[in-house]
Amino acid sequence: MIYLDNSATTKPYQEVVETYAKVASTYFGNPSSLHSLGMQAEGLVTESRSRIANILGVKAKEIIFTSGGTEGNNIAIKGTAWAKKSRGKHLITTQVEHASVAEAFAQLEQDGFEVTYLPVDHAGRINVMQLEAAIRPDTTLVSIIHVNNETGTIQPIHEVGKLLEKFPHLLFHVDDVQGITKVPLNIREARIDLCSCSAHKFHGMKGNGFLFVREGVRVNSLLHGGEQENQLRAGTENVAGIVSMAKALRIASEQKSHDKKLVSLRERLITQLTSIEGIVINSPSYDVAPHIVNFSIPGTKPEVVVQSLTAKEVYVSTKSACSSKLSAPSRVLSAMGLSEERASSGIRVSFSYETTQQEIDRFIAELKVIIPELREVINS
Amino acid sequence: MKYDHILIRFGELALKGKNRSIFEKQLQQNIKMSLKLFPNLQIKRTYGRIVIELNGENHEPIVEGLQHIFGIHSFSLALKVENSLESMQKGALQVLKEHDEVNTFKITARRAYKPFPLDTMQLNREIGGYVLTNTNDITVDVHNPDVDIRVEVRETATYVTSGSYPGAGGLPVGTSGKVLLLLSGGIDSPVAGYLTMKRGAKIEAIHFHSPPYTNERAKQKVLDLAKTLTKFGSSVTVHLVPFTDVQKHIHQQIPSNLQMTIMRRVMLRISEKIANERKILALATGESLGQVASQTLHSMNTINEVTNLPIIRPLVTMDKLEVISLAKKIDTYETSILPFEDCCTIFLPPDSKTRPKREQANKYEQYLEMESYVNDAVERTEKIVLTSSSPVNDEVDSLF
Repeated sequence: MIYLDNSATTKPYQEVVETYAKVASTYFGNPSSLHSLGMQAEGLVTESRSRIANILGVKAKEIIFTSGGTEGNNIAIKGTAWAKKSRGKHLITTQVEHASVAEAFAQLEQDGFEVTYLPVDHAGRINVMQLEAAIRPDTTLVSIIHVNNETGTIQPIHEVGKLLEKFPHLLFHVDDVQGITKVPLNIREARIDLCSCSAHKFHGMKGNGFLFVREGVRVNSLLHGGEQENQLRAGTENVAGIVSMAKALRIASEQKSHDKKLVSLRERLITQLTSIEGIVINSPSYDVAPHIVNFSIPGTKPEVVVQSLTAKEVYVSTKSACSSKLSAPSRVLSAMGLSEERASSGIRVSFSYETTQQEIDRFIAELKVIIPELREVINS
Repeated sequence: MKYDHILIRFGELALKGKNRSIFEKQLQQNIKMSLKLFPNLQIKRTYGRIVIELNGENHEPIVEGLQHIFGIHSFSLALKVENSLESMQKGALQVLKEHDEVNTFKITARRAYKPFPLDTMQLNREIGGYVLTNTNDITVDVHNPDVDIRVEVRETATYVTSGSYPGAGGLPVGTSGKVLLLLSGGIDSPVAGYLTMKRGAKIEAIHFHSPPYTNERAKQKVLDLAKTLTKFGSSVTVHLVPFTDVQKHIHQQIPSNLQMTIMRRVMLRISEKIANERKILALATGESLGQVASQTLHSMNTINEVTNLPIIRPLVTMDKLEVISLAKKIDTYETSILPFEDCCTIFLPPDSKTRPKREQANKYEQYLEMESYVNDAVERTEKIVLTSSSPVNDEVDSLF
């Protein structure tokens, strides 16, 4: 099996699965219970919070545990939009956000908010001057994805943070689901107020994530009930998931040596892809994440390419996993100004630390077999 | 450029004459302990300074950690260069370029290593001249420069710094002996512990808990507070005294308006016993004059009667708001205000005397089986050692 769909999800580290199993069976108390079993579980949640905060260089109380990236994005966007609505109802985001951000804004539009969607250039990147021009006195939130999940494009988060220093009342949310542990981002230096992350993208378990909420930022909660997570997110904590997430983040953060490997894998893949006739690379060539390559094979249906590769146990993706079941052009690729044909034939390959050169070579070999076959069918 | 060293300066230690090296060694050890999480650091003493070699570690968390350690007057990020004029010139230029929007600078050379051929005046001139010729639009201002570049020539190397961080002052924890802190879980006692440590005392903490009337979380809260105090440069041993039986006994035998006074007296007796066992020479409390019934001058007088040990009361003249702002500064406030019942609030009669008298207390204590209750509580006391780097037990640690 060759797994090249690590932007959809990663395989959990073996140590992470072990920790999950151990915590789930040994420390199963409810962290809110008064007795000592509950306290042990609470202690583990507290410890996880402080370890994650240490790795990120922030305060423990600024980490809110969630069920993953989608929930983090929804709390960050709707929670702050509503909390600040007396100040203004204008929000800014980009045309290339993940569905969980785009849909959250779409819902807010129905609720009477006004949203500016910043355009991007052919590399998928926003222009900071355009952002500045879009800011109005009634703007309350700017939300920008750090690393694009389809193309790997890195947005100029630090520059945006610098710009927003001039607008201290504006909140800045960053969707860092694809970037964390792969593309460095200093939350404090980039003046970020809210930042969402998800465990299963860095070899943790599914169903876990965290949202950084800067101290002093007020957010309305979406889930009501108990007083968990600083009263922001009611619901019994997923203790095993949380502890194993802290472990996964530690291991992934310690693997800095893999960065170079990913970069060289990416170069190798791009060189070989461009040598195949008809293939065009959609990912930009600079300021791009080391683990994502997006390309199009115009004239083919990407679903069919994925299915053909699946038959050979090679797993890749079309668009993002969250919207890949729809057979429409990619919203992200279209926003980059690509033709409809190219935007509807995008394939995404994404690596992990486990990916090898041999796997890349085999993927290319299979692709070279498949493409002529598919073209024949379509042309005949 | 990346700063590769941190240069640490001492405050009051410089005055300590023959004891100076003891103080310096203790400080070095405290720094090592609180920076244990960064295994690559090398922490060395060199004539009147401590130098940390970063060896690739990010300096930010280390700067944060050093600001809490008592006995440090100030410290600076430094670039280490060879003892040659050329290296010093290049180093100074690099350090200057770290700063944005500089219009003026000055060079302050200091020659701790006197055999170096150039004197400080010559160094200032040669290095300043080099910086001037290699920059644009920057001039020297010796009175009020934007950037003051300090060049310290030592025997083995030269350190180039600009700007410094203030240290916490005080004396290195552990150089003034040990003090037993009565730690309740409220706002005051952790602050009292902090101020006691500031003058170099290593603290152990004693906490009275009354299960099942006080719960596990209240106990955890006290451990968390003690753990917070470890960042000021020392491990903290916590003695957890089971106090339920004593409280019940007092509740049965003593008129309600004297119960609080007598309870405090028993606490002091138990504390004194544990202090003696641990070779501790003084107690510390978070009392502030007149704050509550047990802290009036009459109460202090009556309660203090039972022990001969010095009682350090760092907060005695402070207002509550001063204490709160210190608690916030040392990061204990948020934990202190968690709403768990402690042993002082249970069984507490509403009619405590604000002017208890020694004679009355002595009279009613005759009805108590004091010695056996005190001994029993001391015997069943649980001891927990907390350090800044070992927050959890090994089993829990292995999960992460």
